[in-house]
Amino acid sequence: MASVSCPVCEAGVEVPDDALEGELFECSSCGAHLEFYLEAGKPRLKLAEEVSEDWGE
Amino acid sequence: MRIGVTYDLVREEERLLVEAAKRLGHEVKPIFVPKMLARIDGDAPENLRGLDFVLERCVSFYRALASSAVLEGWGLRVVNPHQVIRDCGDKLVTTIRLRSRGVPVPRTVVAFTREGAVEAARELGYPVVVKPIYGSWGRLMARALSEDDLLDVIDFRESMPVSHFKVHYLQEFVNKPGRDIRSFYVWGEVPVAIYRYSNRWKTNTALGGRAEPAELTEELVETTIRAGDAVGGGVLGVDLVESPEGNLYVIEVNAVIEFRNTVRVTGYDLAGHIVERTVQEMRR
Repeated sequence: MASVSCPVCEAGVEVPDDALEGELFECSSCGAHLEFYLEAGKPRLKLAEEVSEDWGE
Repeated sequence: MRIGVTYDLVREEERLLVEAAKRLGHEVKPIFVPKMLARIDGDAPENLRGLDFVLERCVSFYRALASSAVLEGWGLRVVNPHQVIRDCGDKLVTTIRLRSRGVPVPRTVVAFTREGAVEAARELGYPVVVKPIYGSWGRLMARALSEDDLLDVIDFRESMPVSHFKVHYLQEFVNKPGRDIRSFYVWGEVPVAIYRYSNRWKTNTALGGRAEPAELTEELVETTIRAGDAVGGGVLGVDLVESPEGNLYVIEVNAVIEFRNTVRVTGYDLAGHIVERTVQEMRR
């Protein structure tokens, strides 16, 4: 489990070691919806993508 | 087998499919589409070579469409194939495919102008449903109870910045019994189905519709299979409505299916079934 910095409030967000890129997390400190990604192999979080008009079935 | 899973968002369905594939002894290669660099002038990237098939799971229709095309161009087998995703993503094409194979669909008329839409609705009789030909989760579908309603809807559609809204897909409104049916087609079989109840005329679970297990009647199974075959098969979600006269009509077919609510209310291991049956098909 890695602690990754929330891009909104900088609180630590726990991310499991087997998380997949694109997996969503919620910051327990500020409530932001965050998306996990890797940057040069390092775990990072960014604000999750908004629902687009072509999403869904 | 080595199974690729293309995705852009990890929903419950992607988790269930990956877990099922691993549990059944397969190797899983997740493919995060937003980070793909799809060079179409060469072979598949090293890390994708040797995959036995790829499950297309992008929540974005256009990412699913593009990534399935690229993967097939690299010689990989994709479930569902690009053509099935494309045809199911277009409600007009889906309706034509279904109708041409004799699958029961509500009466449908397509118009290309405001005046044409009015004429189409008079022909169908009110209420009519106006649907975007590209759209999902019931968004921007409208029901017109009268010509006044219809003109309001058409005015909105014609002022949309996206041109496909100028293709007016009008369908007779089937006065369903407060529910519709989501039936699952998996390689020519129908393992499970649910009812989706709502007080609204739109029953999509994405809009808050309540799911309950549905009875797999002979007619439901047969109609689902015919609908799935008509669009090219694979793994599909077929949406049906029951008319007051007791007839079943297919209203759409989905090629990148969501099934978390089905698993929740039926307890059926649909992800495991999809993986098992797809592996069998790929071994043929």
